Amino acid sequence: MTIRCDVAVVGGGNAALCAAITAAEAGARVMVFEAAPKPYRGGNSRHTRNFRCLHHGPLGPLTGTYDEEEFLDDLLKVTGGKTDETLARLVICASEACLPWMEAHGVRFQPSLSGTLSLARTNAFFMGGGKSLVNAYYRTAAALGVEVHYDAPVTHLELDGNRVVRLDVTKDGRPCRVEPKAVVVASGGFQADIDWLARAWGPAARNFLIRGTPYNRGAVLADLLDQDVAAVGDPTQCHAVAIDGRAPKYDGGIVTRLDCVPFSIVVNRNGERFYDEGEDVWPKRYAIWGRLVAGQPDQVAYAIIDARSLDLFMPSVYPPTTADSIEDLAGKLGLPGPRLRATVDNFNAACGDISGFHPTELDGVATRGLSPPKTNWARPIAEPPFYGYPLRTGVTFTYLGLKVDGTARCSRATGPIANLWAAGETMAGSILGQGYLAGLGMTIGTVFGRIAGREAAAHAS
Amino acid sequence: MQADLLQEARRQVEICNACRYCEGYCSVFPAVHRQRAFSDGDLTQLANLCHNCRGCYYACQYTAPHEFALNLPKALAEVRRDSWESLAWPNGLARAFHRNGLMIAAATVVGFAIIFWLARTWGEAGGSGFYAVLSHTAMVAIFTPAFLLPLASLAVSLNRYWRATGGGAIRLADIIDALKSVGTMKNLASGHGDGCNFEDEDRFSQARRYAHQMVLGGFLLCFASTASGTVLHYGFDMPAPYPLWSLPKMFGLPGGVLMTAGALWMVWLKLRADRDLGDPSAWSGDMAFTLLLGFVGASGLALYWLGGTPAMPALLALHLGSVLSFFLLTPYAKMAHGFYRMTALVEEAQHQRATEADNALK
Repeated sequence: MTIRCDVAVVGGGNAALCAAITAAEAGARVMVFEAAPKPYRGGNSRHTRNFRCLHHGPLGPLTGTYDEEEFLDDLLKVTGGKTDETLARLVICASEACLPWMEAHGVRFQPSLSGTLSLARTNAFFMGGGKSLVNAYYRTAAALGVEVHYDAPVTHLELDGNRVVRLDVTKDGRPCRVEPKAVVVASGGFQADIDWLARAWGPAARNFLIRGTPYNRGAVLADLLDQDVAAVGDPTQCHAVAIDGRAPKYDGGIVTRLDCVPFSIVVNRNGERFYDEGEDVWPKRYAIWGRLVAGQPDQVAYAIIDARSLDLFMPSVYPPTTADSIEDLAGKLGLPGPRLRATVDNFNAACGDISGFHPTELDGVATRGLSPPKTNWARPIAEPPFYGYPLRTGVTFTYLGLKVDGTARCSRATGPIANLWAAGETMAGSILGQGYLAGLGMTIGTVFGRIAGREAAAHAS
Repeated sequence: MQADLLQEARRQVEICNACRYCEGYCSVFPAVHRQRAFSDGDLTQLANLCHNCRGCYYACQYTAPHEFALNLPKALAEVRRDSWESLAWPNGLARAFHRNGLMIAAATVVGFAIIFWLARTWGEAGGSGFYAVLSHTAMVAIFTPAFLLPLASLAVSLNRYWRATGGGAIRLADIIDALKSVGTMKNLASGHGDGCNFEDEDRFSQARRYAHQMVLGGFLLCFASTASGTVLHYGFDMPAPYPLWSLPKMFGLPGGVLMTAGALWMVWLKLRADRDLGDPSAWSGDMAFTLLLGFVGASGLALYWLGGTPAMPALLALHLGSVLSFFLLTPYAKMAHGFYRMTALVEEAQHQRATEADNALK
């Protein structure tokens, strides 16, 4: 069976839908091929929550001003300069016009509420989160006549020189050929393909948890890279954070976060500490802990707190392991009891004056003469009951992707590909070379999704 | 109350409390986020605060087939119905009617039969108009207890509710806050004001919000009509029937239209909505009660149009029979939701005020 259309969009998340809607509004006949079944549509956009946005003066739910230089500065800080500044400025400047566009296409925002007030100026929060945004876009797309195929993974893009001539799609379990005039690839990274992750990172990656959709397996990305489409981003790296070790292998999303580390001591399988738990506030440290835990035996660690700290952080989705003594807790967690006892005793002995303890700021309450030190919130683990939480490495996304220009167009060594554009996580490595900035994934997806949709529709007409 | 329903609601609410994406939708989530652990009383309060707008279900990244299998509107609907059944007095009656549309239909037929029988035995006692069918004294003798007994029953239940959920001393401001929520149906507006998700999956629509307010407004107008008639009868010696330009008719006529149309709209919406996002076991009971409410309105209107025809005595018996059943079923069927939800909203206003005071101290 051969299907023809103007614009084929590969993927079904935020960037894909922004592209599909924009192309359809320009008059193109658009088809969306989403690998996931309908209940899992939307890729990692389902798990997102907000959109980072430039603005001069209050805009929608956003307060104050967030200008180009401050935005870029924030980006440079997290990426350590690993960003294409031209594309970064393009995204930053275009983000302002996106917010009203999103509202006009069904997205609803809410003021920042509990736990997110620190982002009230820079990030606009979706009412109901990313899945409600995805739902709104699917409704809008349907009203524009966009044809959406679920359970329809694209397996191959056939390139003839610098043109895509055909897509191979599995639809209703059968192979099917699609011959579009233009193609937008917006199908994310490869983090759900554990074998690929293990090849890139090393065998330790088999113990990682994947925080998002199991459908981002990078099949289209691999297919295009095999055909020498230009790549960007470190192929060996992924964004990883420390999450609850009991989370599902895939798709645990936001609820698997654990915010207890700054108030805890974190030990490895051998009952030994390995890093300063109080180096900085948790939102600035959860990403490095993904790597730290990945470096421990079996890629697992345990955060231990006492009764005084239980209410200092957001509730966890799984209850902690509880015991009235450190030895009992070690037994329940499968840790060596005497070793954990010694670690806790050494830590407690190194704690000094705790009268300045302040959970929400860097309080300087530090250990003395301990290696590694704990430089803030160092309060003895002394008051039973004691609580333990397992930590594992949770992968958010991968950095390897397709290199694009300012019109979202992909290229080969021989020059630009005439009818192939990319948007979203699959090209975000151009801008986010390392690290992550909250809400920027959705900004990149929205800006480049719209550009890709516009360019693809113009090409098709 | 049923431990398994409470435990399932607790499991789900704890996941919600770690996520918080739905915080802006309704009053349930801020109430969840104020706590870390949830007693049976807390869950009962959350369940009665939930208006089943379903926004959180369609926005949820953890609904089945995800292994967390969240369906909070359903979990809370089941706890809610269970709470009404166990708080009702006498509670056996609630168990009979909440989950059984046939029982409600049967009760309605019994209501008809009682009025027909009374009309035969107590009718034609020298009255005119409606009172030729059933004397005014007889009507008062039937409907005064039929009105007051359910209210007494509800008072017992609400008192039990208040104690079970830990309500404090009630302030006028709490009641005003709750009335504002009810008046605007704020909790069916999903925070952004676009309405709720009901009859067409994740599409936001005002239909249910409007239909509900039509029924509520219609009901209140009908109640005002009856009350004004009572005042005219006893205070001004002006017995029924009343002309078009009189208070009972000016309240009753639009009231009847709103109640009938609203109830039919609600039935239509309920038929389209996904039953598995509510309490499936209460579906037939809720549906039957909504139809009964519509019948009360429609038969009242019919009585107005055909009051001067030979159909009048039969219509009057049907109307009064349905009103009788409606009153008597109120504490034990869907109608109870209004009383419990108002109570839950008052309590939520109280908790909010206490939290704000705490934060101000910090």
